[in-house]
Amino acid sequence: MTALVTSTERLQRLLALVPYVVSRKSVGLAETAAAFGVSERELVDDLNLLWCVELRAPDPYCPIDLSYEGGEIVVSQAESMGRPLRLAVDEASALLVALRMLAEVPGLEDRSALSRLIAKLEAAAGEAAAVSAQVAVQVDHRDDEAEAYAAQIRGALSSGRRVHLRYYVPGRDEATERDVDPMRLLVVEGRPYLEGWCLRAEGVRLFRLDRVLRLDVLDVPAAPPAEAQPVDIDQGLFTPSPDDVPVVLELSAAGRWVAEYYPCESVTDLEDGRLRAVLRTPDTGWVRRLALRLGEDGRVISPPSLVTEVHDAAAAALANYVALSQVTHGSTAEPAETVSRQGRRVDSGRENVSGATEDRHDR
Amino acid sequence: MSKRKTERLLGLVVCLLSTRRYLTAEQIREAVPGYPEQDDLFKRMFERDKEDLRDLGVPLETGLNHPFDDDPGYRIRQQAYELPELRLEADEAAVLGLAARVWRRAELAGAAAGALLKLRAAGIDADPAASDENSPVPQGIEPRLGTREPAFGPLWEAVRDRRPVTFSYRAAGRSDPQRRELEPWGVVNRHGSWYVAGWDRVRGDTRVFRLSRIAGPVKFCGPAGRVTVPDGADVRELVRDWDSAPAQEHIALLRVRAGAGVGLRRHAISVRPDADTPGWDLVTTRFGDLAWFADYAAWFGPDAIVLDPPDLREAVIRHLKGALT
Repeated sequence: MTALVTSTERLQRLLALVPYVVSRKSVGLAETAAAFGVSERELVDDLNLLWCVELRAPDPYCPIDLSYEGGEIVVSQAESMGRPLRLAVDEASALLVALRMLAEVPGLEDRSALSRLIAKLEAAAGEAAAVSAQVAVQVDHRDDEAEAYAAQIRGALSSGRRVHLRYYVPGRDEATERDVDPMRLLVVEGRPYLEGWCLRAEGVRLFRLDRVLRLDVLDVPAAPPAEAQPVDIDQGLFTPSPDDVPVVLELSAAGRWVAEYYPCESVTDLEDGRLRAVLRTPDTGWVRRLALRLGEDGRVISPPSLVTEVHDAAAAALANYVALSQVTHGSTAEPAETVSRQGRRVDSGRENVSGATEDRHDR
Repeated sequence: MSKRKTERLLGLVVCLLSTRRYLTAEQIREAVPGYPEQDDLFKRMFERDKEDLRDLGVPLETGLNHPFDDDPGYRIRQQAYELPELRLEADEAAVLGLAARVWRRAELAGAAAGALLKLRAAGIDADPAASDENSPVPQGIEPRLGTREPAFGPLWEAVRDRRPVTFSYRAAGRSDPQRRELEPWGVVNRHGSWYVAGWDRVRGDTRVFRLSRIAGPVKFCGPAGRVTVPDGADVRELVRDWDSAPAQEHIALLRVRAGAGVGLRRHAISVRPDADTPGWDLVTTRFGDLAWFADYAAWFGPDAIVLDPPDLREAVIRHLKGALT
């Protein structure tokens, strides 16, 4: 079923419908319905409504004449409605901002079509285009490296070839080697990603281009299996699985950025600007690192095993410094406080399910 | 949705488009079917209809045919109403299809769809699937822009209509939100986050705010057109200056466990085996902000030890103790 539309929304559609047909001389009902996102029945209602418009004064007349016999719409009289209404400020801005963002997307080599289109739309939108200058999107490619990788990926996509990645996974502090069959080059929230079938993980993975350490296009045809479904990026890049471990964090005011940076299942305000955040992850290793990074600005509340891991890792790290000061000063500058199970490295070693959950640790 | 209202509004548009002279409200009532007999009801309904048309962007003009006329009249000038002639090459149309998808599910998605509809109505076929070999849009490129921050909608309206706003804002690291009054000049997305830049009325200075730190609703605190964006104000630059990291002018020396600390090694100036400590490397790297880098070094836990400078080392030790308690 179609969602309820307001009278003005329907009016907008009607005002576009007449020129849509006029500019095409004649056009099929089915094609038009699809273009306007309505059913054929709704379209016929619209056409009948247009045909029935009547002005009574000074002399009664019907300004619009049309027919849709045999499924073909023809407008024989459109009066002054033969052209669409000009672009509203919101409309012109939505397109112009998007186009200017595209101009920054790495991997688009031919930008002349973009600049020509921007110029044409600015001219057509007139004053409505002015506000769009007050909205800007900067695409994150801090270095020429990302730009070069994007160009390589673009080449691999068009020639249908596999790539080899050396890819940095901060959550595990690892440089991983993988063969990937590229599927798409995504730019989400201003950040470029390669989406592809990862042969090592046997799944679809997203790779942030700023984490790519090296990229080689291989002389092997890419062959993503039929089950390789693109991520529905409109649902968000990171969808936690029900099997993921829920982690509860308490953040100070200075640690609130965590709740902005990582998708949280829930965020609750506590007193003094503190927050309680719950997030789900298949691999808690990166949360241990995050807790070390946060120091007193963040505390793991549960699961208890992770609380212990954080404590142990912090103690092991501090023990390093104690050893250091003993070497340099030959004294016991710091008591070896609470250094229990020293230096135990905790590594889940589990392949990350989303491949992306772990891709979110630094600011 | 009321069909009668749609019919009436459509009649009103056609009627005002086909007249060169200004038509008075009374003449409009006679010409357009659907208006009530009662004067006060008509007046109210006509006012609402005019408002609706203006909201749609229909350029409704008010004026007098003769200087001595009593009542103002209305008309829509064809030239002001119509989308100017626009022809797109195939490659431009392909880019247009891609651009219209950028906002999908985000705040301006409806506006982008509305724009595309009008361009289609002008005879342009922006087929999103038209990605042939000569297309400037390579297969598989999908840019998206989100607006997770609830403040985006009202702030975009405020920027568009040049209206001052007020909101409460939790500055980084501050526990209590503070009320701010802003003349917004523009919104900028940087590294995936939205920012608003403008004139802070309370501070009497230009300021940048991160939308995700706005707590609660954004309210208008003045009429449209009250905000003047100064010539030469570059919102992109304001946000860039606000957000950019300090210059990497300090040098740190770390002892990093062999095979670990990939992130530290990645941007290092030099990496060499530590002759005194087998199994460890000495990594020299640049950093800008000491507190930030101390946090970052802690990320690597027992795999990285800051040797120098001493103030950085002390900061990391303090930090790790904080994680311990």
